[in-house]
Amino acid sequence: MVTFDWEFAWEILPQLLEAMVVTIEATVVGFAFAAVLGLLLALGRRSETWWISRPAGAIVEFVRSTPLLVQLFFLFYVLPRYGVRLPAFVVGVIGLGLHYGSYTSEVYRAGIDAIARGQWEAATALNFSQRHKWTKIILPQAIPPMLPALGNYLVAMFKETPLLAAITVVEMFQRAKIISSLTFRPLEPYTLVGVLFFVLSFPSALLIQRLEARFGTR
Amino acid sequence: MVQDNDRQDASGPMIRFQKVKKSFGDVHVLRELDLDVATAERISIIGASGSGKTTLLRILMTLEEPNSGVIYVDGEPLWHKKVNGELVEADEKHLRKMRGKIGMVFQQFNLFPHMKVLRNVTEAPIHVLGTPRDKAEARAKELLDMVGLADKMDNYPSQLSGGQQQRVAIARALAMQPKVMLFDEITAALDPELVGEVLGVMRQLAHETQMTMLIVTHEMGFARDVSHRIVFLHEGQVLEEGPPEKIFTNPDHPRTREFLSRVLEH
Ligand SMILES: Nc1ncnc2c1ncn2[C@@H]1O[C@H](COP(=O)(O)OP(=O)(O)OP(=O)(O)O)[C@@H](O)[C@H]1O
Ligand SMILES: [Mg+2]
Repeated sequence: MVTFDWEFAWEILPQLLEAMVVTIEATVVGFAFAAVLGLLLALGRRSETWWISRPAGAIVEFVRSTPLLVQLFFLFYVLPRYGVRLPAFVVGVIGLGLHYGSYTSEVYRAGIDAIARGQWEAATALNFSQRHKWTKIILPQAIPPMLPALGNYLVAMFKETPLLAAITVVEMFQRAKIISSLTFRPLEPYTLVGVLFFVLSFPSALLIQRLEARFGTR
Repeated sequence: MVQDNDRQDASGPMIRFQKVKKSFGDVHVLRELDLDVATAERISIIGASGSGKTTLLRILMTLEEPNSGVIYVDGEPLWHKKVNGELVEADEKHLRKMRGKIGMVFQQFNLFPHMKVLRNVTEAPIHVLGTPRDKAEARAKELLDMVGLADKMDNYPSQLSGGQQQRVAIARALAMQPKVMLFDEITAALDPELVGEVLGVMRQLAHETQMTMLIVTHEMGFARDVSHRIVFLHEGQVLEEGPPEKIFTNPDHPRTREFLSRVLEH
């Protein structure tokens, strides 16, 4: 039986923390992308112009029906053959953003649909422009109740960042893999990775629960 | 009664409905409705449930599009644009220009719940009219004072009673300085004890302003007091119209009589 070597764990912790920065960066940038893309896709699907609404709907359905890992491989290994060559981290962030953007678009859609018709009509009666209707009246009411659902996707995305290891991004999990293959000690690196994930995602989950209590579950 | 598609001059009516039709599927709600409303005139539109009163106002507010007919507001076609002397369907730009002339107060208030009372009133003047914030706020305070709610401007709508919310909604619509105001059963959603405060504001408005008003109401006493003219709508057409004294005491049409005896009973 292997016993947990605290000294070894202490020794590799800085490398893992350094890699955790990459994990967090991928999560933050990826989710910012997903949040914006999700909104655009949700608005796109509502468009009265078919050549906007149809493609937006198709993207959402397609992305949601295929695995993230396959999407990442496609972006990383297939696109370069057509001349689109991007760093692994960028590809990873785009993949995460695209994937989660198609999920958050459904959150936006439900949140926007929940706004009463009377709000739109009052905005029209006051002669607000289309842009101001969205930015001043509809979205400020629709977004706060969406925060718990968006937060859940943020945590889910955070926990899926190890998939980026598959396209050579050296995030926390990839770093642990490297350490374990060089030292032949899988116990400490993988345990630490688990603990680090837990330390970040558990408080986030609690925070989301509090948001839910505040805005009511939907 | 009306010349077809002629440009209305300044001496013409503020509002003109010309053979306006509207149906929802098989339901014919407005059936070639004709109606003129003069500048500064206040009319009350009465009629049975389903006679098309709300639809008439919603079409004027551009919330509903008519199937045919022409509507003029302040001399200009509402749902059409003139291109080389011909009326073509209006675009969003034209609709926005026309909407600026019209304001509406709804049965359900429809205040913006995420904004305090003051901001409910200033938001549109600031972002739509481009009024500077301090001016918009000063004006909003005057209006809130007029509706008796100066002390509530820092509250959220949810902290107000229905009657107070409706008075804010009136102030909010007035802040846009429309030429025409539409009121759709604005006391119908209120508890009986709150109806009076809203009608009080309306009476005051009627006395102090020269705005053209189209009022849909079931409050016959109020309609009688504030209206220059009563319009009785029946199955999507104006069946009878005239001064309140005449309509309420001696209507010509048996249907008007029947309707009034029904609503005046209670
Ligand atoms: N969006 C809609 N879709 C389908 N039918 C509608 C719609 N709006 C109104 N109607 C129908 O049109 C008819 C007239 O409605 P409207 O609301 O104009 O009547 P009203 O005179 O305001 O009645 P009430 O006194 O009950 O408010 C009704 O039969 C109503 O069911
Ligand atoms: Mg109605």
